[in-house]
Amino acid sequence: MRKSRRLASLALPYGVYALIFILAPLLLILFYSLFYQGSQGFAFTLKHFLKFFDFSEPVYMKVLVRSVRIALVSTVICLIIGYPMAFILSRMNPRVRNIVSFLFVLPMWMNFLLRTYAWMTLLENTGVINSLLGSLGLPPINIMYTEGAVIFGNVYNFLPFMILPIYNVLIKIDKSVVEAAGDLGANFFKTFTKVIFPLSLPGVTSGITMTFMPAVTTFVISKLLGGGQNAQIGDLIERQFKSVGDWGFGSAMSVILMLIILVVAGFMNSYEKDKSAGGVLL
Amino acid sequence: MKRLIKITKGAYSALIFAFLYAPIAVLIIFSFNESKSRGSWGGFSLKWYESLLQNSEIMRSLFNTLLIAVLASLIATAIGTAAAIGINSMNKRIQNAFMNISYIPVLNADIVTGVSLLVLFLFLGIPLGRISLLLAHISFNIPYVILSVMPKLKQMNKHTYEAALDLGCSPLKALWKVVVPEIMPGVVTGAILAFTLSIDDFVISFFTTGAGVNTLSITIYSMVRRGVKPEINALSSIMFVVVLLLLVVVNIRSSKDVQKNNRHSSSNRSIGFR
Repeated sequence: MRKSRRLASLALPYGVYALIFILAPLLLILFYSLFYQGSQGFAFTLKHFLKFFDFSEPVYMKVLVRSVRIALVSTVICLIIGYPMAFILSRMNPRVRNIVSFLFVLPMWMNFLLRTYAWMTLLENTGVINSLLGSLGLPPINIMYTEGAVIFGNVYNFLPFMILPIYNVLIKIDKSVVEAAGDLGANFFKTFTKVIFPLSLPGVTSGITMTFMPAVTTFVISKLLGGGQNAQIGDLIERQFKSVGDWGFGSAMSVILMLIILVVAGFMNSYEKDKSAGGVLL
Repeated sequence: MKRLIKITKGAYSALIFAFLYAPIAVLIIFSFNESKSRGSWGGFSLKWYESLLQNSEIMRSLFNTLLIAVLASLIATAIGTAAAIGINSMNKRIQNAFMNISYIPVLNADIVTGVSLLVLFLFLGIPLGRISLLLAHISFNIPYVILSVMPKLKQMNKHTYEAALDLGCSPLKALWKVVVPEIMPGVVTGAILAFTLSIDDFVISFFTTGAGVNTLSITIYSMVRRGVKPEINALSSIMFVVVLLLLVVVNIRSSKDVQKNNRHSSSNRSIGFR
């Protein structure tokens, strides 16, 4: 008993650190979102949240809706493009697929600002793609500074986060189950829809979580590729703290963003438990 | 039919790879471009590499990045490893409470972590600069160290530590001679993970740094916003090659480890939220 208490004290520095640098900051954000400094100290207020959810002038809600929409569309596109890739990858022989999956991870380790900058180079009106199109005599495409460009950037940055969890689940599916379906007369299509896809759902849910979360909270991609008029909620928060200086409102939006994350994580988690097949959630 | 499927598979994979690597290839090619334009080729040149090395702003931020990453990952590894050993010896309920707290920075949006730390530093009167950056980086690194060390501790036989004590080791010596060697692979993975996350971080650094103290990511951000800067291409190419070499080394190292797959996926998982 004494031995374990002595060992437990090793966690003390972390405990103190976590209290100050993990818990306290979040409590401060919550505090600033609900209290404002009046003439007689701090007073409770809901004005920051009411400002955000102002139905007569829904500027901020529009940004929230746009953020969720951009994140959803990006996630769906990632799933549609990523699932077949994960499937093809899982069918390769183990030695090849280890190298190929390494190649998928590699671009992710590049600083994401540089990756986004690279797409700016490619997509801008006088960029590489348009000069290629021009030399072929084709009309240029002007995608920069549109919502489409933001979605494009998201898909590029987060596609590996969709492919890898699905791939990790697919390679763990018991091959004899798939063979059994074939022996029992199911064709490929049926085997896929009735056996493989249901078994891969844990990977799909964690892929969705891992794509949706960063897509809904990003503020850099929308700023660089979307220009000023395609701001996401992250851009609003950044503006409050970096230029406007309205901590209360910025904190309130941070709280809203945290709630979205909690809801999505909770939803995905409960879904995962229903279908418990031991995937790679989070 | 079989051949058709095979061709389709190959073509699809090739398309995805082209999508993933096209921008990187373009950056590397244009880093050797004589002309400043991003749309046309003006002949081969190394001048952007030269002006990169002479760019004191970039060199200073590179120094800051490495300094913060080394210090933050070392301190986080020390605190995190000790914490993991301590947490592992607690009863289940407290253990869960600790682990839930550790998941907060992993799950939370970077921007929220960033602004909340900014608010904390201003609230406590800690000046924004290298110190605040270091504190912020340590705080988001520790959980990843704990999450890498914990599985190793769970695999370890509890009684070896007690046996060492019974055989006359002091607790400190037993930890150092018995527990630490056993969990070392997890500690190293945690340290590497912390170091890379620290180097790669933009969002949290962006909010917790002060005027004049920039990391590489922050400098890249301001350069990107200011527009055409061919030095960025040169910088990207160098970073890509460095990352490639680092990853190859890490992968060779971890392929010797039996648990390669687990570790691989756990590191993928964690950068999912960065």
